[in-house]
Amino acid sequence: MAEFRRKKAFVDKKYCVSCGCCVKVCPISAISIYCGVYAAVDKSKCVGCGKCAKACPASVIEIREVREAQ
Amino acid sequence: MKKQSKHWYDYLYIFSAAYLILGFFNILFAYLGLICFFTPLAIAVIDGNKLYCNRYCGRGQLFSLLGERLGLSSKRDVPKFIKTKYFRYGFLIFFMAMFINMLFNTYLVFSGARDMQEAVTLLWTFKLPWNWAYSGTVPPGLAQFAFGFYSVMLTSTVLGIITMIIFKPRSWCVYCPMGTMTQGICYLRNRGRIKKEENSVSK
Repeated sequence: MAEFRRKKAFVDKKYCVSCGCCVKVCPISAISIYCGVYAAVDKSKCVGCGKCAKACPASVIEIREVREAQ
Repeated sequence: MKKQSKHWYDYLYIFSAAYLILGFFNILFAYLGLICFFTPLAIAVIDGNKLYCNRYCGRGQLFSLLGERLGLSSKRDVPKFIKTKYFRYGFLIFFMAMFINMLFNTYLVFSGARDMQEAVTLLWTFKLPWNWAYSGTVPPGLAQFAFGFYSVMLTSTVLGIITMIIFKPRSWCVYCPMGTMTQGICYLRNRGRIKKEENSVSK
């Protein structure tokens, strides 16, 4: 089975202030604020562009490479 | 990728900027700021989300505009201690204590125990003369609250502008007392769902 490396956004929920800056900048609406408490990334949609990480005022979003089997 | 279209609520920074300017001319406009105080709380209590921060906060938009579009922000990361619950809730408690102190001063003026001060207190310390913005059309107690509330709004804006310049544009959002409070309310309202979600992720 072939393995692909893809970039995805990861949120450190502990420090997320759920301000919604990431939601505003995401070009494919892959991120939303869950129950007003933290930002949740839809990993199936996220393309790892890094816009959210750049916009996050608390700098709690990290772009990491993940391995995906396909 | 679709380009996100602009909505009416993307222009609320005009309201925020107008609010600060109007307070220079007539302090009674300060009462409009109560909207920014009660709306986020109402949304968090009734609906259990932070839609106000996420969508309607004019101040956040103003900081984005100044920092991002006008390039006034250095876009550095905020220090880690500002993100901690201790600092955020500590700042909320401090802010509320100062708010209660302001309400008490208003009460003293209402009861006649103290004369009204036509001044705006910046950063809880510096008293700026503001006598041109009040013409004596309302009872002193009501005007005192307007001066006090405008002081709160101006102080938080100044703090936000300072951190906007030093750190990321919307770094105020990290320690905004309203944001901390509404997030806390959302957590309490939705804790069952959040715990369930966390358990399903960790399994």
